[in-house]
Amino acid sequence: MTDRREFLKRSATTAAALAAAAAWKGTGGVAIASAAPAPLTHALPDEDSIKELMMEALGAAKSAGAGYADVRIGRQRQNFIFTREQQIQNVVDTDSIGCGVRALVDGTWGFAASRDLTRDGVAAAAREAVAIAKANRIARDAPVVLAPTASYPDATWKSAFTTDPFTISVEEKADLLLKANAEALKVAGVKYVSSGLFFVKEERNFASSEGSVITQTAIRSWPVMQITAISPDFSDFQNRGNVAQPMGRGWEYVLESDLVGNAGKWGEEAAQKLKAKPVEVGRYDLVLHPTHLWLTVHESIGHPTELDRAMGYEANYAGTSFVSPPEKMLGKFRYGPEFMNIQGDRSQEGALSTIGYDDEGVKPEDFLIIKNGVVNDYQTTREQALWLDWWYKQQGKEARSHGCSYAQGWNAVQFQRMPNVSLLPGDKDIGWDDMIAGTDRGIAIIGDGSFSIDQQRYNAQFGGQLFYEIRNGKIAGMLKDVAYQMRTPDFWNSMEMIGGKKSYQLGGSFFDGKGQPGQVNAVSHGCVPARFRQVNVINTGRKA
Amino acid sequence: MSRPRRLIRAPGDEGPLSREESQRIINRVTELSKADSVQVQLGSNHSSNTRFAANQMSTSGSIFDVSLAVQSSFGKKHAVVVTNDLSDESLRQVVTQSEALAKLAPEDPEAMPPLGPQQYETVPAYFETTASLSASDMAKAAMTALGPARAAKDLQVAGFIVTGAGSNAIGNDKGLFAYHRNTSANYTLTVRTADGSGSGWAGADHPDWSRIDFEAVSKRALDKARASRGPVAIEPGRYTVILEPQAVGDLVQLVGGYAAARSADEGRSPFAKQGGGNKIGEKIVDERVTILSDPSDAQLLSQPFDGEGFPLAEQVWIERGVLKKLYYSRFWAKKKNATATGAPQSIKMQGASSSLDDMIAATERGVLVTRFWYLREVDPRTILYTGLTRDGTFLVENGKITKAIRNFRFNESPLFMLNNLEMLGRPERLAGTEAGGDIVMPAIKVRDFNFTSLSEAV
Repeated sequence: MTDRREFLKRSATTAAALAAAAAWKGTGGVAIASAAPAPLTHALPDEDSIKELMMEALGAAKSAGAGYADVRIGRQRQNFIFTREQQIQNVVDTDSIGCGVRALVDGTWGFAASRDLTRDGVAAAAREAVAIAKANRIARDAPVVLAPTASYPDATWKSAFTTDPFTISVEEKADLLLKANAEALKVAGVKYVSSGLFFVKEERNFASSEGSVITQTAIRSWPVMQITAISPDFSDFQNRGNVAQPMGRGWEYVLESDLVGNAGKWGEEAAQKLKAKPVEVGRYDLVLHPTHLWLTVHESIGHPTELDRAMGYEANYAGTSFVSPPEKMLGKFRYGPEFMNIQGDRSQEGALSTIGYDDEGVKPEDFLIIKNGVVNDYQTTREQALWLDWWYKQQGKEARSHGCSYAQGWNAVQFQRMPNVSLLPGDKDIGWDDMIAGTDRGIAIIGDGSFSIDQQRYNAQFGGQLFYEIRNGKIAGMLKDVAYQMRTPDFWNSMEMIGGKKSYQLGGSFFDGKGQPGQVNAVSHGCVPARFRQVNVINTGRKA
Repeated sequence: MSRPRRLIRAPGDEGPLSREESQRIINRVTELSKADSVQVQLGSNHSSNTRFAANQMSTSGSIFDVSLAVQSSFGKKHAVVVTNDLSDESLRQVVTQSEALAKLAPEDPEAMPPLGPQQYETVPAYFETTASLSASDMAKAAMTALGPARAAKDLQVAGFIVTGAGSNAIGNDKGLFAYHRNTSANYTLTVRTADGSGSGWAGADHPDWSRIDFEAVSKRALDKARASRGPVAIEPGRYTVILEPQAVGDLVQLVGGYAAARSADEGRSPFAKQGGGNKIGEKIVDERVTILSDPSDAQLLSQPFDGEGFPLAEQVWIERGVLKKLYYSRFWAKKKNATATGAPQSIKMQGASSSLDDMIAATERGVLVTRFWYLREVDPRTILYTGLTRDGTFLVENGKITKAIRNFRFNESPLFMLNNLEMLGRPERLAGTEAGGDIVMPAIKVRDFNFTSLSEAV
């Protein structure tokens, strides 16, 4: 699952932000806003006080009976600006501070969160987490056991940003958006444009009863823009959106995205879509750009290789996985061709899931989820790593978490979330243009659009932003109403060409949903262009 | 079930904010404000959840948090600052910061003047039975699924129980004050057969915990999982379908996202009229379809005001198939000389008296759908969505359910679907829609539903 709507309805967002986002979407219809908690302005207590509070919570959990406990004291700030045409719609700053405690008592979890950052407040949350764990003991079957991890008694980490977007004035941000909007509106046929900037800054403090004390700072930025062209007789309209990828970087990334310089081109593309030729249904070779393919990787490889999904832990919401059971998959199941390698990591600079230590104090290491086309590993937390003990033993390795634990904030319990999951480049120095030049008849797709996949991640349908007909190695014109339907293993096994190192780039989701209660995370997918043989393409332009 | 909600109370966290507390904090913000006008939204929520999966307890938690959003305006400039700290020092900082941001922000030519005092309906959506639950009440409720599944050996359950008690207040310095408090209780359960070939889902939702029959929900999902075992593949194509209320809601609620009069007037909505304007007054779906919002409806019990504090009462969007109303913001209503509607917080589709059994009995060949999944927009011009069936899809032949079938992907629009209506059932409150919220829908039978491919997913 990945979209802004998910984020807005499931996360701790304010009604104000919701309203602003509905306005950004340009509809403003049924806004099912509840009194969601969320939040600004206070700095966290100083480093020593945070450490004292965390120790207080851990002490309270221990004396109430916890076998293991961890505590997170965090601050999350968000800054959003939304515009349409030549006007500002809203400026929103949110700030949320509090403490979440997780306790393991006799093999059962409990979690409690409080915004009361006093010694009494955090201790009460710790005791409540223990009380909830004890109350749940009657429903326990097998106890939870955690894989070992090293402890880091004094660790710090900061993400790769040069300029903190929270130091940039609202005027400068608004000016950039309005200038970009003006450029798009100069294009004939373009009638409307919405744009916005999303920024998130997280200060994350973690301590565990095993002796880790970790402080981290992360920033994420996402410039968004949607341009609408309308036919003169009001019989058709077309959008060009998803123009820039979200990144784990700062204001410098927004400037590099150059909305003002690119808006005219994006506007032309929206207008061109009105005149595009409707696609004829059939089977085509597809040449997929990294700005599109990242989402296919996310949905058809990222989610099904989450170990909790494979083991049934998400059955009631996001679903399970066809990559299951692990004993029939690991080292055996062919996902794609020999040259297909998929890496899980939390280390790529500027990627959204990149972090020094995960939300249970594990230092993540890079790992291969798919190695030479075959399933090689799953995304794991401490609780899950031991489920694959047999496999790691076969590989001569210890069962250790891959560091995929994450909570969207202090007020949510951590669980397994996606690391950056990336399609690694091939050996040959092939790029986008080479791939088109080497294709006789096919469709090239740029940008992510509509996406839907079943609860076991077999059957998927993807649209896009721009579709081009390829004939005899050349772009022969623009198409519209294109979507492809696929069965995951067939699709990946039809991959016959991938790009080299130079064509590798990051795409990503700012708001990826999972879990109950629903939580969002942000994740990047490194990707190269790739060509797929004879994929089923449908025409989506129905009238009745 | 009348024990205190929190086993151990955190200092200062005494549950949802009362009307008086909310009013006091909002008044304090308006006192501190130096802006031309100030609007305040104050929410509080205490949420508890119990989660289980693979026949085990998973995570459980209890969270209390508040949200104070302050919007300061100077002429047509405005900005919002949000915090979860209600100390006086924090209130001062929030007010100062929102004023500073508002002064820096460019003018919003669409900014509307603040609302004055309003009259609101009182909606009784707060139930002590829910507010006073304990973690062990919830663990016991989970045992209605875990107990039978563990005993059965051939079933695996994954479920989620979540309750909440919250408040929401909106006020400004021009005399506006709205307050609503509510509780919520929601139970959803997915049961899978151990051989991986069957899956069944059921759920229930109500503000009043005592109105949720945990045993019955658990039994429904357990039975459905067994019945759905060993599905056979049938060809995709156009089918007569019987959609359970959840499946109807999954599709019909999407219409709300396209209901803004402005998008229609701008020519970028399914309700835009060729040549300009919108389709209000035109028949757009079958004449048996009526869709409305009504905070006081006994099945909805939703907040009687929107995010601006605009009062909400009954509003009929589609009446006997005719588009009667679209959503008008205050700005667009003023511009078009129309009446503002407020942003609806709930949606209900009226039904008729057919039962699911009646629909099955009246079907020669069709597909029974429990619910849909992963619905995503394919074409905004027609509200064409794609998605899949999930957790209980069956073939109906000669008036009877004959077999479990493989799931389908569809490409369909709720507008097309509601033009192909055959039968309607009784409206029910839904528990599991992807977007959440207060939604009430009937089961329906429709013809020519467009299934475009098969999925092997169970």
